[in-house]
Formats: sequence, C-alpha cells, structure tokens
Amino acid sequence: MNRFAALLDRLAYEPSRNAKLRLMTAYFAATPDPERGYALAALTGALSFQHAKPGLIRTLVMERTDPVLFALSYDYVGDLSETVALMWPGPRDAAPQPAPRLSEVVGALASLGKAELPRRLAQWLDGLDETGRWALLKLVTGALRIGVSARLAKTAVAALGATEPDEVELVWPGLAPPYEDLFAWVEGRGERPASRDAAPFRPVMLAHAVEAEELARLDPSAFLAEWKWDGIRVQAVAGTRADGRRVARLYSRTGEDISGSFPDLADALRFDGAIDGELLVVRAGRVQSFNVLQQRLNRKSVTAKLLAEHPAHLRAYDLLVEGTEDLRARPFTARRARLEALVARLAEPRVDVSRLVPFATWEELAAARADPEAAGAGVDAEAVEGVMLKGRETPYLPGRPKGPWWKWKRDPFVVDAVLMYAQRGSGKRSSFYSDYTFGVWTEGPNGDELVPVGKAYFGFTDAELAEIDRFVRRNTVNRFGPVREVVHEAEKGLVLEVAFEGLQRSTRHKSGIAMRFPRISRLRWDKPPAQADRLEALERLLRPDTESVSVRPRRRDRAVP
Amino acid sequence: MLSRIDTKTTYLGSMRPQDLLVPTAAGLCCPIAGFHIDPVRGVDRALITHGHSDHARPGHRAVLATRETLDFMRLRYGEDFAGATQEVRYGETVRLGRVSVTFRPAGHVLGSAQIAVAANGLRIVASGDYKDVADPTCAPFEPVPCDVFITEATFGLPVFRHGRPQDEIAKLLQSVRLFPERAHLLGAYSLGKAQRVLAMIRAAGYDRPIYLHGAMETLTRYYVARGIDLGDLRPVRGAPKAELAGAIALCPPSALKDVWTRRFPDPVTAFASGWMRVRARARQRGVELPLVISDHADWDGLTATVAATGAGEVWVTHGAEEALVHWSVANGRAARPLGLVGYGEEDDAQGEAGGAEA
Ligand SMILES: [Zn+2]
Repeated sequence: MNRFAALLDRLAYEPSRNAKLRLMTAYFAATPDPERGYALAALTGALSFQHAKPGLIRTLVMERTDPVLFALSYDYVGDLSETVALMWPGPRDAAPQPAPRLSEVVGALASLGKAELPRRLAQWLDGLDETGRWALLKLVTGALRIGVSARLAKTAVAALGATEPDEVELVWPGLAPPYEDLFAWVEGRGERPASRDAAPFRPVMLAHAVEAEELARLDPSAFLAEWKWDGIRVQAVAGTRADGRRVARLYSRTGEDISGSFPDLADALRFDGAIDGELLVVRAGRVQSFNVLQQRLNRKSVTAKLLAEHPAHLRAYDLLVEGTEDLRARPFTARRARLEALVARLAEPRVDVSRLVPFATWEELAAARADPEAAGAGVDAEAVEGVMLKGRETPYLPGRPKGPWWKWKRDPFVVDAVLMYAQRGSGKRSSFYSDYTFGVWTEGPNGDELVPVGKAYFGFTDAELAEIDRFVRRNTVNRFGPVREVVHEAEKGLVLEVAFEGLQRSTRHKSGIAMRFPRISRLRWDKPPAQADRLEALERLLRPDTESVSVRPRRRDRAVP
Repeated sequence: MLSRIDTKTTYLGSMRPQDLLVPTAAGLCCPIAGFHIDPVRGVDRALITHGHSDHARPGHRAVLATRETLDFMRLRYGEDFAGATQEVRYGETVRLGRVSVTFRPAGHVLGSAQIAVAANGLRIVASGDYKDVADPTCAPFEPVPCDVFITEATFGLPVFRHGRPQDEIAKLLQSVRLFPERAHLLGAYSLGKAQRVLAMIRAAGYDRPIYLHGAMETLTRYYVARGIDLGDLRPVRGAPKAELAGAIALCPPSALKDVWTRRFPDPVTAFASGWMRVRARARQRGVELPLVISDHADWDGLTATVAATGAGEVWVTHGAEEALVHWSVANGRAARPLGLVGYGEEDDAQGEAGGAEA
C-alpha cells in the first residue's frame, strides 16, 4: 500500500501527461501481481465497494486526539482526509502494525460488514505512514482524484510491452481485477486475453482538421459530407450474452463506459451491433445546444426530472459491427447503407441517422458550412459544429489516420479583449506568465470599465508567449501571489484576439457569461484597448433570437478557394 | 498572562521569570544585564542564536555568538556588521553583570545555539530555532534542563510530522533515475538546508556533480571550509544546457519560478521544506516534487523537547503558538504566547506563502 500511495502522491503533483505515464509504467514494472492489478483497478475506477462516510473518519480521529488540536489542525489543512492522515497518532502501547497490502485493503472493503469497518480502518491507519494514510482515506471515501484518466492508466500498462493502447482497450471489457492475464500478455508471458464481453468497445476513428486551402487539393467527388454535431462522440454497443441476457453500453471515444449517466438512451439500444454516433439532448424534435447537454453531464445523480427535461438522443454516423459481422473493413458507403437499414428497423425515436450534406463542389460545401440552417440542418443549426468529410470508399480505421476523414469546423467566434491579469503556468511554463484573464468594456458607475470575461492559456506560439511574458513583467501594476495585474487602460494595455466556440450564462463570473474553449488567436499590438469589444456584443450571442448582426461577435471568416 | 498559575515552581531570591527576560518591541530583553536575544532592531548588546537573517540582523554595538554565527553575519553583511564581537563556544558560560549565559547546540544549522540565561538560581532557555533530529552538518541538539523554556512553534500543529528525511532524499534520487533527460531543480534555503540536503544526497550514495545557484555558493563554500564534505559541486552559471540534463541543481526557493530556470532542460521542480507536508501549500507553490525536510522540530519534536527540559513554564514564540500553548497547559505546564514579532519571515521567498527557512 505504501508503494501505491507513493505513486498516487507523485501523480497528484505531476502536471505532465507524459511524466504521469512514465511514473505509472515504472510502478507497474516494479510492483508484483496482484498488487499492481488492484492499483490499476483503483486508477481506472474499476473497484466497487461501499465508500466510507466522512463522519466515520471524523469519529475515529476524535476518539484519538484532543478536540482543540484537531479543530486547529483541520482549520489549517482544510481537508478532512489529509488532516486525519497527518495527525493520526499511531498505535498506543502496542507493537507497530505491519503496513496493509493494497490487495488486502481492496479485498476487505468488498467483504467487510459496516460494523467491522471502523476497527479495521484504524488498524490499517496504524500501519501506514502519512502518505499511506492519505491514500487509504482517499480510496475508502471514494475521493481518489489525481488527474489520471482510465485511458491513461491503460496506456501505461500497454507501455510495459510493445502493445498498442487500443489493443488493451479491446480486451479490457472481458477483464477483472487484478488483471494478471493482462499483465502476462503485455509482458509477453501469456496469451491475449479473450474478449468475452457481449458489448465490447472498439477503438474509435478520428479525423484531422482541415482548412479551405488544403481542401482545394482534394477531389470533392471522392467524399461524402455530414454535419458535425456539437455533442459527445459515443459508441453505442449492444449484444446478447451467452446466458441470454441483454447488454447495452455507451462508451466515450476513449472507451470509458458512460452508460450509467444515460440509462434512458442505453435502454433504447435494442439491436445487436456497434454504432458510432453523437450523444445529444433533443427536446421536441430539436437538438439542444451543448450548454443544455452539459447541464445533464454536471449532475451527480440521474433523476426522473433530469431524464424528462434533458432526454438523451443518439445521432448515428457509422456502423462498425452488426450481429457477429464486423463491417469495419467495408467501404463507408456500404456501412452507411447498413446503418440506415438498421436504424429504420429499430424504429426508435431516440436514435436517428445524421443526414448527409449534399454538395458537388467545395464552394457549395463552404456555403452549407457557413449557413447550416439553409443547407438542411434547419432548426438544429445552432448545434452544428462544422462538417465531416468521409472518403466514400474508406474503411473504419482506429486512431487518427491522415486522409480518409476530415473535419471542417465552423469558424470560431472572435472578440478583441484586453489582458487584465496574468498568472504563472505550471511545469515547463512555471517561469512564464502563461494564464491570461481578459476583459471587455462595459458601462460601470464611473464610466466605461473592463469586466473579465474569460481565461485562456493556449493558442499562442512559444515566441508569442515570450513576448506576452515580457509585456506582463514590464507592465505589472499589482501582485497577488502568483498573479500579476497588468496595465489595462483605454490607451495602455495589450489587446488579445480571443477565439471561442460558444458562450453560456454563468453566475460564477461577474460578467454573467462563460466562454467555451477560449484561446488566444492573435496578439493585437496594433490596437489600443479603447477599441476592444464591449460586453453587449457577447450578450447578444446568448440571445440568438434578437439577432442583430452588426453587434454580434463575428465568426472569423476565411476565404474559400 | 499565564494560562495557569504554577505553584510547583519556586523562584529563589524572589526573582521572577519576567524580571530576567521580557518581550519588548526590539525582541527578548534582559533588563538587569542590558542585553537582547536575537533583536530585530539595533541594540547595545545582542546575543544571537543563529545566522538566519530573521534572527541575526546587522547594526548592533556588540554581538555575542558562536564563531559560525559571527562568520555567517560577516559573510552576509560585511566586516562591519557590528561594533564589537565576542565569540563563545558551546558549553562555555559568560557572565554579564548578575546574569550568566551559556550557549548549547540547537541542531538547527551550523553554529546554532540555545541560550541559557540564569540568575539567582532561575534558569530560562531561549532555544531560538531548533530541531531534535540528526543533521550531518551541525552539532546535535541537547535538551537543557530549565525552569522556563522558550520554544519556537514554526510547525506547532499536530499535522506537522516530518517523517524520515532519508526517505525524501530517496524519492528525489528515484525521480532522477526515472527522468534522466530532465534536470531536477531543488529549492532549499541557502543557509543550512542546502548544505544538509547536499550532505544527505551524498550519504545516499549519489556522487555525480551537483550544481549550485550563485546565491548558495559562498555559504556552501564556508561549510566545506569547516570540514563538511559535500562532494563535487559546480556552479550552474556557464554550464551548457545539455550538461544539466539528468543533473540535480540547488537554488533558493525564490529562484524556482524565476526566469533563471529556463536554462534547464524540462526541469522537475522540487522543494525541501517542512511546509511541503501540507498538499495545498505545495500546490500553491507549483511544486512537482515536494520533499518534507525541515530544520525545525516537528510537532512530536516540540512536545518531546518541552517535556525533556523539565520546564514548569513554557513561552511560545513564532509560529502556531495557540496549539502548543494548549498542549502545554493540558500537560500540566504554565504556558503563554510571547507575541514577539519579526521572526519566521523568510528573507528569500519574496512574500510567497510558506516560510522558505523551514
Ligand atoms: Zn532559523
């Protein structure tokens, strides 16, 4: 357990994905079975047991410490598990306990009765050091948040051998902790574990972004186009187990099983096969914006009210498998014909096929992309993110192969905003001011003032980062720890062109709005802050009905070849 | 104000503790012999516990301290840092009027001392900063029996338990092995902590060159001159970037976020401090590899030391006074916070949260 705790401790502070991967791979290489398997289960969220309530932990520590000292300590540290981990007094008048093994902890948590848990937990705490106790308490309370996705943990396992992460993903649904067969396989000591799952995930095919200039070199007749919907890319898989029971799952594009959050849609998957599609919220036949979908995502529990007000919908793009037949090697046109037939037979209002966008030339497609409403998307146009181009004859390939598929996103919205605060980055960027808060003008009690509307920390080149960093250091007017306030007056300051995908209302921000996916698209050294945009222009975007083109944030337009 | 009147203590010749030492704006003052301990402003006669800048300040007319403390002041402030100086050895007693003072090792940094002040059979020990764990770069702490013990409380909460410093060094070296293409930048206070960490890295068997920030060179050279072997040390200045890949470099904590770090290949930011025990503190500073290594006693060390001195009365200064006062009273001692100001203020952390000298 101490070794696992040391790994979690290090992962919790490590900002870089690549370094996290190496830390995990080194741990898996150095740790024997079955310990590493339970660690993998913990990292991928595959462990299930009744979580301990914070009240239980508080009671345990209160029995062993002075209440005044506990209160002062908790107040200082601010986190219950961490406070208890640090001030746990250790066994009194007893021989030191041996540190529990992770396998022992996991096994006991799954089988222990509620009444036995406190005593056993105390015993384990007695045997661990500060870091071990912290990890144990985070594990038993179900609060193990260390910034590692299940996908990343599986990738770390794959790196033990020469296995592709997607291969691990393929066998994963048939596996269970402590995954000894998986480790044996990736280390070249055993057979590839058989996938016994009736609804397994298949690695997803992704597209490269394309711009108009590159399109000019491609032959439009070789491609079909469909709308790219602004939802969650999912794989909907359903099948029948050997014992006759139905299995239906929704996977995210990285293979995480998200069926639990969308029981309404999972219940509608009455077919045998694997559909690639987009998860959307559709109300009264109209696709809702990503903001509405996000409201559903943010809820912890799926209530009847949520299901009724935010009904989940699958818009199908592709068919990978039907029954026992793997269609992935077939051309896209053939797969699409099979998909249309399957969805028609299913006759389920929650599932439909994403419509094709007719075009003969790139100019026609560009026009459709610029105005989806007129080009067939109708009332759903607000939820169109762009168009997807798929080679008519191309197979379904895992990963992001260059050539068969392209995504041609709608141009982002842009505003000119003024840099107000800059914060130091982390990791490689810790000596740079690389996180920027920017604002736009609004009328305040004393005339025009800047109100912050968002934060961005990418979009610029390394050279631009160095330029902004220099500007920040030379134009600081205030310091708050790692944050610097920089000069932002009508004639003095730095204007940033900020690109973003959309807006939503937010009560957390003074401006009342929050941006989706903001990034710095250009530095406007040429523009005085007085000429930056106003808040009203952004507010207009939140109420598309009151459209008035002149003050809406513009979509940045690019010439069509 | 005493939290509890202690009737067990009898003060001979009707000398009360507050007649012998009294907190003033300039620091702890002995009115009957006319001296201050670690005064924060210029005074006639200063007794200095150790060389850290919040305790050893320039501008006093006369200074009494250990040789190393005087040397550190000289290195930092120049030859004329005081009107007159007098060197004192550990265990040596110096008479100042009716009062005798004795310096004892505090185990904090090289030359650090606790100062025992006695008159009329009453003894008060002002411990300055101290730690009760092994440190290869300074004399070990000795508990001094006394009537009143003045203790620091930098880490005066039960959540501060520093653990085994060797384990933290092992963590650093393991990371160096795992990321051989990255530099490991280790922030450490330049007086004491840096040299202790260097000595511990060497004791763990690491014998490759270790690189030093310019601000650490003078003090580290002094330690080496006093016979403390720290192995192959090189300045960061002028080292090509490729040579720093896979290397360990030490710098003052404030340099960790400085443009200075850009000369290193993809650095891992480490920081050796007792503050690293609390996650929010480590994260606030953007540390990727926190190492819990402290030159101050942790909670267990503070409480064990208070008990070992046998003092019936405890005065608590700089840090989390409240918890240690509470503990002392709960354990049958009179106790009070001293309310001294000006200590524990790091001199090279540039106002970021968390003491650098810890
Ligand atoms: Zn000190």
